[in-house]
Amino acid sequence: MTRRLRWFAAAAVAAAIAGPWAGSALAQQKVLKFIPQADLRILDPIATTAYITRNHGYMVYDTLFAIDDKFQVKPQMVGKHEVSKDGLTYTFTLRDGLKFHDGAPVKSADCIASIDRWSKRDALGQKLAEATESWTAVDDKTFRLKLKKPFPLALDALAKPSSNVPFIMPERIAKTDPFKNIDDPTGSGPFKMVKAEWVPGNKVVYVKNNDYVPRKEPPSWASGGKVAKVDRVEWIYIPDSATAAAAMNAGEADIWEQVPPDLIPLLAKNKQITVKNNDPLGSMGMIRFNFLHPPFNNEKMRQALFYAVNQQDYVIGIAGDPKNGKPCYSYFTCGTPLSSEVSAEPLKGKRDLDKAKQLVKESGYKGEKVVIIDATDQPIVHSQSLLTLENLKKIGVNAEIQAGDWGTLITRRAVKEPIDKGGWNIFHTWLVGPDMVNPAVNFPIRGTGEKAWFGWPTDAKMEELREAWFNAKDAAESKKAADAVQKRAFEFVPIIPTGQFILPTAFRSNISGLIIAPINLLWNVEKK
Amino acid sequence: MAVVAFVVFLLLYLTPGDPAAILAGDAATSDDIRRIREKLGLDDPFHERFGQWLWRLAHGDLGTSIFTNLPVTQLIGQRIEPTLSLTFCTLVISVLVAVPLGVVAAARAGTWVDRAVMAISVGGFSIPVFVLAYVLIYTFSIELEWLPVQGYSPIREGVVQWARHLVLPSIALGTVYIALIARMTRAAMLDVLAQDYVRTAQAKGLAPGEVLIGHALKNAAVPIATVIGIGIALLIGGAIVTETVFALPGIGRLTVDAILRRDYPIIQGVVLMFSAAYVLINLAVDLSYMFFDPRIRY
Repeated sequence: MTRRLRWFAAAAVAAAIAGPWAGSALAQQKVLKFIPQADLRILDPIATTAYITRNHGYMVYDTLFAIDDKFQVKPQMVGKHEVSKDGLTYTFTLRDGLKFHDGAPVKSADCIASIDRWSKRDALGQKLAEATESWTAVDDKTFRLKLKKPFPLALDALAKPSSNVPFIMPERIAKTDPFKNIDDPTGSGPFKMVKAEWVPGNKVVYVKNNDYVPRKEPPSWASGGKVAKVDRVEWIYIPDSATAAAAMNAGEADIWEQVPPDLIPLLAKNKQITVKNNDPLGSMGMIRFNFLHPPFNNEKMRQALFYAVNQQDYVIGIAGDPKNGKPCYSYFTCGTPLSSEVSAEPLKGKRDLDKAKQLVKESGYKGEKVVIIDATDQPIVHSQSLLTLENLKKIGVNAEIQAGDWGTLITRRAVKEPIDKGGWNIFHTWLVGPDMVNPAVNFPIRGTGEKAWFGWPTDAKMEELREAWFNAKDAAESKKAADAVQKRAFEFVPIIPTGQFILPTAFRSNISGLIIAPINLLWNVEKK
Repeated sequence: MAVVAFVVFLLLYLTPGDPAAILAGDAATSDDIRRIREKLGLDDPFHERFGQWLWRLAHGDLGTSIFTNLPVTQLIGQRIEPTLSLTFCTLVISVLVAVPLGVVAAARAGTWVDRAVMAISVGGFSIPVFVLAYVLIYTFSIELEWLPVQGYSPIREGVVQWARHLVLPSIALGTVYIALIARMTRAAMLDVLAQDYVRTAQAKGLAPGEVLIGHALKNAAVPIATVIGIGIALLIGGAIVTETVFALPGIGRLTVDAILRRDYPIIQGVVLMFSAAYVLINLAVDLSYMFFDPRIRY
């Protein structure tokens, strides 16, 4: 080999080693690296209520309306709208310049098909559908909703902030059966998903949608101007929390959506990292009963547990530090307009085990075994399960935990049989604040029997009170009706709230513009 | 393979768990789940589902993930490169370190060198992979800032980045294999070194290195190759802990995630791939015996 040939060979090897990225366009881009709360597996925010899919939805889709930080409904894709004097006809006109990621303009037909699909899966959407006579396209940008009866929450429904969110999709996709999982992420939102780079269990890539026309108003929750200030967002799923913390410390990630309580002190030591609560509503933990079988088919048994539950214990169990949570003696998310402590006496104040034992006795409990189904891979579920087991034992209930993973729990909780045939008595879960703000979205309080959430309570009175809330004509009436719902909930005990907690967000010092909202929204975020 | 296919399908059919419930989300109702089950065909009888799966398999189609809607072949394809890269690097490190250690320990049997190698070997077996992984991350990524904490960089994006992402996981995972292969090499070498032909070679005046490498090690290679072969199969089968700690998107994590979510098509596809890999690796190991020991014929 001549000397020149050797130099050439060495240069070729060096080029191969350096790789195609050296000096590439990607290196010049602003890339935001975000560690999400979970792995994105499902792209369809209508087919599932999973929060990670909802968050993906906010990246790629837009909504007709959105709620701001004062709980006011604001137009988003809609430019102007009119409501007839009788409150039965809503006319919506889309803003100029709205386009899907495939370049097609957003049309009325897309909006109607999207709302139709959403209303077949979402409880509030179903309620809107019940009141709806028709949706019609006036022209490509204008469409009309005609109601059979007044439905004061029509715009609130279209602005629903949490799962299922009424995202707008192209008509060709929105025509899909709502029980079939779509896999085309074409939306009209501020980011576009790069599906070719999606590695489930590892990485999701979004790029800025240069065609997106943001509103002029400043961002406020999911309303206002959605200005993408980075070129590319990479969601890096890191299943091990210690590794995620190390990645933040090493600067391999910019934002960590939810930091587990035990790792907060570790990150707080790093001056380049801020750990902050960006979620004004937090999440609400809960104990759910099975109403089909003894002993919790008895109201007094459920009420007994009220007197044993100390929310502060649950908050510490879940959030680690009392600063990351607080008791919330309400069936509606504390800090929101309808929350109150009406009838909450059994749950607050000094715990009264004697009263609890007396109620257990009055219920006629005969020492039947109580099965708590637990998911040890979900710390929020597991910590609550252990505390409830202890509380039940304190009041003389023969309880045991049957542990498995989350997949097993949510399969088993659908079993309606008694515990000797694979059934259950109690499970725990949590919902984000927006999912419990009012009787419309707060599905655990529903009493529709077989059609209700797992546990299947039947409570006609609750359904009546909920209906009355829907018919409230103003804020004062709404509050009064919500208080009545809460009073009934404290009698009937569909769930026991176990407190309000937050899992704070960590971000590096070169990151700014994070929106304070109950959902981690990545528009407006800048990286220096 | 056919037996594996049937047994896996049957086990998944009998295993509790419902992907429809997981897909629907926490807020779904029983009715939602029932309708999703119908759409996914999860209520169909066993023979129908197995027949459909076999038919697709016969056409080279491993099915589609229930959750991502991506073909199982694509999902395995995304994960195979990190897994093979980790396997390759781990084995290179293990063999390069363990075989010389085992040979030296055998050659100096009973001395402090031998005891030191065995102590290292016991240590390698005893330290849990995740503990070592965290120590490596803390030292080399956080404190020294030499190597990345996590993730994988495909080889097409540059060999240097590819190697940088694999150094720590390969060391963490390779420690166990170093311990295993070093012990196996030592034992096999001690056995061979006691043979008459080794004494003859020494008596002929051959250099000690030539006796050790040319005569003893080659004849001790059969059990060592067997251990390495088992190691390859185990590594391809999934180094779950290492992949999880270093956030490597390998086959192991794909399998565990699929099991946790009851994503049946992925589980079936991956298990079938594992069984094929085991068969091929065992075949390759068996054939390698002929190279190391010409007396072996099939």
